Amino acid sequence: MGKVKVKKSDVWIDMTPMSDVMTLLLTFFMLTSTFVKNEPVKVNTPGSVSEIKVPENGVLTILVSPEKDKAGKPTGEGQVFMSIDNTDQLGATLDDMAGRFGISLNGNQIKTFRLESTFGIPMKELPGYLSMSSQNRSKVLPTKGIPLDSIDGGMSEFQQWVDAARTANEEIKIALKADAATPYKTVKKVMNELQDMDESHYYMITNLKTSEDE
Amino acid sequence: MAKKESKQKKINVRVDFTPMVDMLMLLITFFMLCTTLSKPQTMELTMPSNDKNTQEEQKNEAKASETVTLYVAANNKLYYGEGIPEYNNPAWLKETTWGEKGIRTVLREHATENGTKPVKRIELAVKALNQKKAKQPLLYPDSVYQKELIKIKGGELEDGKIPTLTIVIKATDNASYKNLVDALDEMQILSIGTYVIDKINDDDMKLLTSRNVAI
Repeated sequence: MGKVKVKKSDVWIDMTPMSDVMTLLLTFFMLTSTFVKNEPVKVNTPGSVSEIKVPENGVLTILVSPEKDKAGKPTGEGQVFMSIDNTDQLGATLDDMAGRFGISLNGNQIKTFRLESTFGIPMKELPGYLSMSSQNRSKVLPTKGIPLDSIDGGMSEFQQWVDAARTANEEIKIALKADAATPYKTVKKVMNELQDMDESHYYMITNLKTSEDE
Repeated sequence: MAKKESKQKKINVRVDFTPMVDMLMLLITFFMLCTTLSKPQTMELTMPSNDKNTQEEQKNEAKASETVTLYVAANNKLYYGEGIPEYNNPAWLKETTWGEKGIRTVLREHATENGTKPVKRIELAVKALNQKKAKQPLLYPDSVYQKELIKIKGGELEDGKIPTLTIVIKATDNASYKNLVDALDEMQILSIGTYVIDKINDDDMKLLTSRNVAI
């Protein structure tokens, strides 16, 4: 009886085409996508049919979110945060603001500020906040916000920030990103403050409406 | 001996790409999860300046029959009034709904005193322009298209100039931001060129409370 010869079939699969495809996909993703910004509050923007895109750079984004109490019910007030996409301009803005409020920050604090994507801390608490550990910072930030009340009848802290950003970049574009559920009162306040400082042209960030409602 | 040597030359130079594929998979997953593909959409908005002097100058007189005031109220409610606000007449304020069947139809069917329906006419003109553009895209580059669009929005149609509608949008304090954007969206859908977001004044408040509107 002859031995049945078990053929040792070669199970080697050539992975080269697979790797080619993967590299292509990876390149595609790297080139077309932008990184998700880490925002302290979750904002669901309302849908619209407008198809204008956000300008590429030099954008000051104002984040407006409805403030919620501990039970999760909106209090009717809102929080305001800001972000500037250019770190150099962000640094210049911070320098300007620190000068205006007479606050001195050390190198580490400035570095932390520049690394953070979104800011929204009252100026008085800023040095203390920037010295915290990053874990504490992400806990504290969502409870704060830039104050909208005018200081001694003058410009509010919010307006000072916008003004400082405008000084750092004269052609800065303002984009308003507000949650769909924000009461108009809050948005009106922000719009009014912008109007007061003659900043009347801005963008409102929305989602593309996918299906026709109703 | 010589045979053996020639066999040794056939060295397998195949490199195992499996680890490479593994790594690429990981990278792709990372990029897919941590990035967004599309940039968000925006709406451009120009608010009137708060400066008192310029405000008076910019107030252009719109004919009564060419104005519609929208009241965006809380709880997704929407009210409108045609013509000059009649603050003493609660029946002037009419309720409508959002979307195609509600406010869009109201604005579309709004007729001026000489019987034209400007919103409908302009909408048809924009549609015609879009069709022309789709047929001959080369004849309508973006700059030309935008110019034509502004012309149409201004009421200059092929058969003469027609009066356009002016919309005043007033939102109450508890109206949601979404509703405000919806209202602006309607302007975009209906190609209405002139609209303004105005503040609610005391008379408006009285009118709204007389109709028991949730503010």
